[in-house]
Amino acid sequence: MNLTAKDIRVRAGGKEIVRGASFALTDGDWLMIVGPNGAGKTTLVRALCGGVPCEGEATIDGEALSAMRPALRARRVGLLDQQTGVTYAFSVEEVVRLGRYAYRGGAFGRGDADGERLVEEALHATGLYDKRRQSMLTLSGGERQRAFLAQALCQDPSVLILDEPGNHLDLAYQRQLYALLDDWRRRPGKAVISVMHDLALARRYGTRVLLMERGAGSFGTPREVLTREALSRAFGMDVCAWMRDVYGAWEA
Amino acid sequence: MRRDGFGAARLAFFALLTLAVMLVCVCVGSVSLPLAETAKTIVRAALGRETSGMTASIVLRVRLPRVLCTALTGASLSLCGAAMQGLLRNPLADGSTLGVSSGASLGAVTAILFGVTLPGLPVGGTMAMAMLFAFLSLCLLLALALALDRTLATGTIILIGVVFSMFVSALLSLLVTFAGERLRTVTFWTMGSMASASYSSALTLSVALLACGGALFSQSRALDAFALGEERALHLGVNVRRVKLTVMIAVCALIGVCVSIGGGIGFVGLVTPHMARRLVGASHRRLLPACLFGGAVFLLLSDLAARTLLSPLELPVGVVTSLIGAVAFVAILLRGRGEAAE
Repeated sequence: MNLTAKDIRVRAGGKEIVRGASFALTDGDWLMIVGPNGAGKTTLVRALCGGVPCEGEATIDGEALSAMRPALRARRVGLLDQQTGVTYAFSVEEVVRLGRYAYRGGAFGRGDADGERLVEEALHATGLYDKRRQSMLTLSGGERQRAFLAQALCQDPSVLILDEPGNHLDLAYQRQLYALLDDWRRRPGKAVISVMHDLALARRYGTRVLLMERGAGSFGTPREVLTREALSRAFGMDVCAWMRDVYGAWEA
Repeated sequence: MRRDGFGAARLAFFALLTLAVMLVCVCVGSVSLPLAETAKTIVRAALGRETSGMTASIVLRVRLPRVLCTALTGASLSLCGAAMQGLLRNPLADGSTLGVSSGASLGAVTAILFGVTLPGLPVGGTMAMAMLFAFLSLCLLLALALALDRTLATGTIILIGVVFSMFVSALLSLLVTFAGERLRTVTFWTMGSMASASYSSALTLSVALLACGGALFSQSRALDAFALGEERALHLGVNVRRVKLTVMIAVCALIGVCVSIGGGIGFVGLVTPHMARRLVGASHRRLLPACLFGGAVFLLLSDLAARTLLSPLELPVGVVTSLIGAVAFVAILLRGRGEAAE
């Protein structure tokens, strides 16, 4: 699997929100998209999945993502966004099972041989199997986030894109989540992209980093991109000194 | 793992309940008819055997066509409400709250007033115009809502729907007033009545329900995805534009047919899906069939109340559905606030 994004640009309301982001991923990569608020991180991942119109070219194995039918695109890229709101009392397993939509289509769609197994696996992996019959309206924010993660996992895309996946999760679940994603990206033909605020986690798990700054991105390995100078310029503060100050207290 | 379909047992229960309510509605009225004799008359007529007498005349000429039209209209309006609520992720969406029914009424009235007809189909022009105006109303409403609030928040849509509905009703009243004797009363177009139901109307409703209902049922999984948000539906692989257009056309066509036959009966599509969700859950694979039967039962009982409560006076059926609908509307609003506060 090869995902390439070349000079992605997104305009909205007369403003250029993403100003030329480029990167390339292959099997086993985990791309961390980092940067300050308003840098265009979320807009970039939405644009990759067709959620907002964009210029530039994003291809997966040579095929343009924008030209793909929605169901085909959903099999190649899946997005877990930050929305966890639910209006109706769907059960957890109903929400998770919707992750298989692209494989079985409408009400009269053909069967999905792997579907139920993947739904069950995703429910177990996110610790929601025992709550699968429960209404989504009765779950906490973190549990809803896990239900939508399970939905994205059973969608089984080549590239799993997550927008701040640790939101709403306590530390134990965050550790479980990052371990799960780390295992997942090592499967053949898989890669992960996540928008992250926690630079320590980005450095720990990322194989590639895209540092976004006012809509523009610099891409490379964590060691190449997350330098003291680049982070200071992007965030307008000495990030490394602050990280040492915060995390240094835990060393003892 | 549990399957997510409607299930044969549930289908049998809902179908039997609907048939039982239909039978009761045929029996009860200004003249009460014995249940067994009524059932026997209907079966004989269905088998093509000869029927005679007062009971047969009342059952076959007056009550049965009305009951059939009422059941089909209730099923259709309820199905439309459930589909719109899923598509817009809005539990308050309904033909009446969004102004789609008023738009359809305006279309029907315009067609009658200006003599719009289709060759070979005497009421085809009225229906086509009702469908067209319903569709235009929904497009206009969504365009206005998008211009004001891109998130299509529940409150914004309903607010615009109410204002739009009032505007269209005013136009409707104006047309009806100037048309004099050529049109049915404003009350018919705003509150509805099943008094002029016929077998041909029932046949038209059946065909419309079969075609549009089939289109809506085919989108039940997509509607589940829409109910989680339009962008999430897109990321799950739903062809958002196609599903939206299919649902909107099917809903508007069905509402157009219902309005041109029974007038503007409000709130059926609001009340029934709300109750059905409590019985069968939120998945549209179960919700849509439940609404089909639930809507039929709800409108049948409302029509029964409309023609018996103040007998010999007959109320417009929309008066009964709106009285119940208004209470349901407030209950849903309160419930929504309660859940948001949790």
